[in-house]
Amino acid sequence: MAKPQSLSTRQMLQTAGIHAVLILLSVAFVFPLLWMLSTAIKPLDETMVNPPQWIPSEFQWGNFQEAFNYNSDTLGYSPFLQYGLNTIALTLLIVAGTVISNALVGYSFACLKWPGREVAFGLTLATMMVPFPVLMVPLFDLFQRFGWVGTFRPLWVPAFFGSAFSIYLLRQFFRSIPNELSEAARIDGCSEWRIFWQIIAPLSKPALAVVALFSFNGAWNDFIGPLLYLQDQKSFTLALGLQAYQSQAGGTPWNLLMAASLIVLGPVLILFFFAQRLFIQGIAVTGIKG
Amino acid sequence: MKKASKETIAGLAFASPWIIGFCVFLAYPLLQALYLSLTDYNTLNAPVWVGFDNYIDLFKDELFHKSLVNTFSFAAFSLPLSMIFGISLALLLNNQVKGLSLYRAIFYVPSLVPMISLAMLWLWLFNGDYGIINIALKGIGISNPPLWLSDANWSKPALVVMSLWGVGNAMVIYLAGLQNVPVSLYESAELDGAGPFRKIWLVTLPLLSPVIQFNLIMGIIGSLQVFALPYVMFPGGAPDRATYFFAMYLWDSAFVNQRMGYASAMGWVMFLMIFALTMVSIKLSDKGVHYS
Repeated sequence: MAKPQSLSTRQMLQTAGIHAVLILLSVAFVFPLLWMLSTAIKPLDETMVNPPQWIPSEFQWGNFQEAFNYNSDTLGYSPFLQYGLNTIALTLLIVAGTVISNALVGYSFACLKWPGREVAFGLTLATMMVPFPVLMVPLFDLFQRFGWVGTFRPLWVPAFFGSAFSIYLLRQFFRSIPNELSEAARIDGCSEWRIFWQIIAPLSKPALAVVALFSFNGAWNDFIGPLLYLQDQKSFTLALGLQAYQSQAGGTPWNLLMAASLIVLGPVLILFFFAQRLFIQGIAVTGIKG
Repeated sequence: MKKASKETIAGLAFASPWIIGFCVFLAYPLLQALYLSLTDYNTLNAPVWVGFDNYIDLFKDELFHKSLVNTFSFAAFSLPLSMIFGISLALLLNNQVKGLSLYRAIFYVPSLVPMISLAMLWLWLFNGDYGIINIALKGIGISNPPLWLSDANWSKPALVVMSLWGVGNAMVIYLAGLQNVPVSLYESAELDGAGPFRKIWLVTLPLLSPVIQFNLIMGIIGSLQVFALPYVMFPGGAPDRATYFFAMYLWDSAFVNQRMGYASAMGWVMFLMIFALTMVSIKLSDKGVHYS
């Protein structure tokens, strides 16, 4: 009688202990983001008081507007609005290109047999070891010759030509689809394009969504690409524009800097809250099948 | 025969975006970089053949050594620490805790924060005078907390702290790996009298080893090319070039000093290092990796 009793007390203590540790860690993880928000909505002088003031004396939501419009008088446009529009346009193009091209290539690697396919796939995986910095100089030269430097094209055109990681992800997913359906369609004289478009693609929506999410994050976060190719401030992306703002402003108006940082972070967070399950499953799959 | 060749044509057609992309955006620039690495090139004049001079210069370049030492010492701390921290968090969450998805979301979200926001946020948190971290340290009686960002001894540890905050992505991968471990294995280990730590050591970690290997390789590939975060937070690797990393020197050589050949040689050294380290970690851990 006594033994199960003591075991359950021990288990309860253990559970309580785990929760205590988890709650403590959660506070540590959330804290920087809360402080970011708190700083973003307070008056400048309250960012530099000791002891720190968590709740501002007044909520200055106007900080976001001010961050959006800083320097707009001299520039003639609202910089962060412009950066935001640039980033959205680029991101949409990159996501579209990534999903379309890698779905096609993934289908070829997963469902079609052709000589040299396995070697080509191995080579594709090996390209993940090629660091971007080694390609930087020749790519810059190449795009210069195309007359593309200073435009968005070096940033989005390559997205339409496949990338190893997404090809790999989609190939794994396509291979897990039973091929009875496509075989039957093939016997009925269905073209490969129709099999891909009407059978495989509709069944693969979750995997395609994961690839879209990852490429959204990659495009939204990209810094080195815009830094390399964009020259006119009006064509900057949010990441590049925020860096320019910080180095010009000397890093002093912390409330505005945090507001601008939240503007960049916002869309990513919103996407996460709507597609949490896809995010978590997508990441899990990348590691497990690897 | 006819069916096979038709399928071949379709296969190549579907793969054609990548075949073109691979040739134009990967193979060509990679080989071109190899060629440029054997030349002097400043983009204005045609490349001048110099043989292995760039590589020999690299070998003697003290700034290059410094950037290498910085890169590897940062990786030597951030990789194992993130690994231990990520696995520990995943183990904690793998105890059938209530509210798992909430905790998981909390630990995961920081890893989503865009690099540029991350840089701004931590510049503020680590600020010497008004940063909340130093205010808190003073509050608990440390009268002289480090000036994280302007102290050459503390800027790398600051980056390590930031990388630990972003451990959520790896944690999700570990957690998924843990959830694949069959419960029966734990039960039989328990019957054999294994305590919680022995269970982790004997059952969990071996079964998690493919996932650990994956994260290790991705970590090595990523940490050798660290660029954007230190570039924004520590222009020029300041103070005292303590955070001047490999990729930053490469960038400066190419686009500040206009030494494209030299930068290309650095790029190839980086590529070969990543290649060698990946091969070594595949070979080494294949002995220890358990594939179910």
